[in-house]
Amino acid sequence: MRNIWIIAGREFRLYFVSPVAYAVAGMFLLILGGLFAAQLYAGLQFGQVTPDGRIVIDPLVTILLFATPAITMRLLADEQRMGTIELLLTAPVRDWEVIVGKWLGAMGFMLALLLATWIYPLILHRLTTPGIDQGVLVSAYLGLVLMAGAMVAIGVLISSLLNNPVAAFFVTLLVLLFLWIVGVFGRGTGSGSELLSYLSFVDHYYSNFYQGLLDLSDAVYYISLTALALLLGSQVVEARRWR
Amino acid sequence: MIQVEGLTKYYGRNLAIQGLTFDAEAGEILGFLGPNGAGKTTTMRILAGYMPPSSGSARVAGFDVVDQSLEVRRRVGYLPETVPLYPEMSVSEYLTFMGSLRRVPNLDDRVEQVIEDVRLEERSESFIGNLSKGLRQRVGVAQALLHKPEVLILDEPTIGLDPAQIIEVRKLIQELGKERTVLLSTHILSEAQQVCDRVLIINRGQIVAEDTPANLQAQLAGGERLRVQAAMETRELIDLLRKVPGVTRAEATGVEGVVELASAPGHDIRPHVARRVVEGGFDLLEIRPVGISLEEIFLELTREEASAEAEGVPGA
Repeated sequence: MRNIWIIAGREFRLYFVSPVAYAVAGMFLLILGGLFAAQLYAGLQFGQVTPDGRIVIDPLVTILLFATPAITMRLLADEQRMGTIELLLTAPVRDWEVIVGKWLGAMGFMLALLLATWIYPLILHRLTTPGIDQGVLVSAYLGLVLMAGAMVAIGVLISSLLNNPVAAFFVTLLVLLFLWIVGVFGRGTGSGSELLSYLSFVDHYYSNFYQGLLDLSDAVYYISLTALALLLGSQVVEARRWR
Repeated sequence: MIQVEGLTKYYGRNLAIQGLTFDAEAGEILGFLGPNGAGKTTTMRILAGYMPPSSGSARVAGFDVVDQSLEVRRRVGYLPETVPLYPEMSVSEYLTFMGSLRRVPNLDDRVEQVIEDVRLEERSESFIGNLSKGLRQRVGVAQALLHKPEVLILDEPTIGLDPAQIIEVRKLIQELGKERTVLLSTHILSEAQQVCDRVLIINRGQIVAEDTPANLQAQLAGGERLRVQAAMETRELIDLLRKVPGVTRAEATGVEGVVELASAPGHDIRPHVARRVVEGGFDLLEIRPVGISLEEIFLELTREEASAEAEGVPGA
């Protein structure tokens, strides 16, 4: 357990000396701030600001789609490219501790980003009377964290498969996009459409968490996806030893 | 301390090492000598717990490298050939990270100590990415020593260092070898000769010779070698010396009047050589025994292997 925290701590601190992480964080907050300001401005012009904290959530979900691969791409791919994985794997550390530690470190950075976005709903809360529905907001953020957890885990898995961070970025983006749109195909009535819509990444989010409904089955979906990706990631690291 | 038996490793279908068997005692410095691609790094990676062998077994400090990998890794200090370190961490940050993974007690003091041991005090806050190759190598050594391992595995520890640093690292290795087992690979033969208690020569994944550097020399030199200098033409000298009983070979050295002789073992031909030159009416300037260097043994062994293989596989 301690190894996980040590590895996670290193990864987390590394984000604050990495230009990529600052670029991601900057883009993340810039886009979000711009959209927020534009919406607020439009709202004020027409004399009414919708008191809904979720105006930041919608763009946030889309931004996450691009930010996650950028956050996770180098986690293992870079170590494999530079060979630093050799010293990590010859330290008395289990393979799964490496994977979970990396995931946790990336999640730490992700949570810091999400925390920073909380400021926009707070501003909105101040501007409107009687304020925004905090319950829905908490539910939406909780769902977002669970979803981000699964996305980061997938990023870690793909980073473990590749030796090139740029390739890891695009493959992760591709997989996340697939999980994103797969629900659309599930809208039909053909066989397997239920499965497809169950797999869909966003449906689990928008149908419940986003509405302020905490449904255990959605949480289970994200958590089991996270666990599966991390398990596979550990297997990949172990399999690399056997090559 | 290290027991290796029938160690074999395939990368896909490529055979990297084949049936390696050797031991290393506690407190021994064992040298691994071989050309590039001979399988040195593969063997060391297996012993360090980085990858499992395809077949065969290896035990380090009594623990199996596959079944008790974590125990092995706790007891081994490993310096990989390329010294892969995180460039975006500072020296002390990196050592603290590795030390905490290894549960080193009194970590801060220990990190300070090893930084001193490898003389990096002035660069301890520098980012590793900004260090020269030699300094990075020292960080790698510091990392391997951090947890006071029973076994040290050093893959080409002096590569890329300047001569002064090489001497320093060799001294350090000899010092370390007094109390722990050191396995080091090198393709610098004088280094093996100088530092190691025992040398394993490995070529194409197989051990071709194993002994102390001194014994290897004696065993493979296969007789005496003499360097003879006389005030006469080389060609004449060669003709003259060929007739000396016991001489198996006489070769020009490229220096006028200087000839190298090889003789069957057990015969001291020096008196005969001296007499022959003087009786021929020439001035004898020098007779000096020449020891065959490990370098020559190495070349001989690896060349024999290569030519044997070429003959064995016609048209391949």
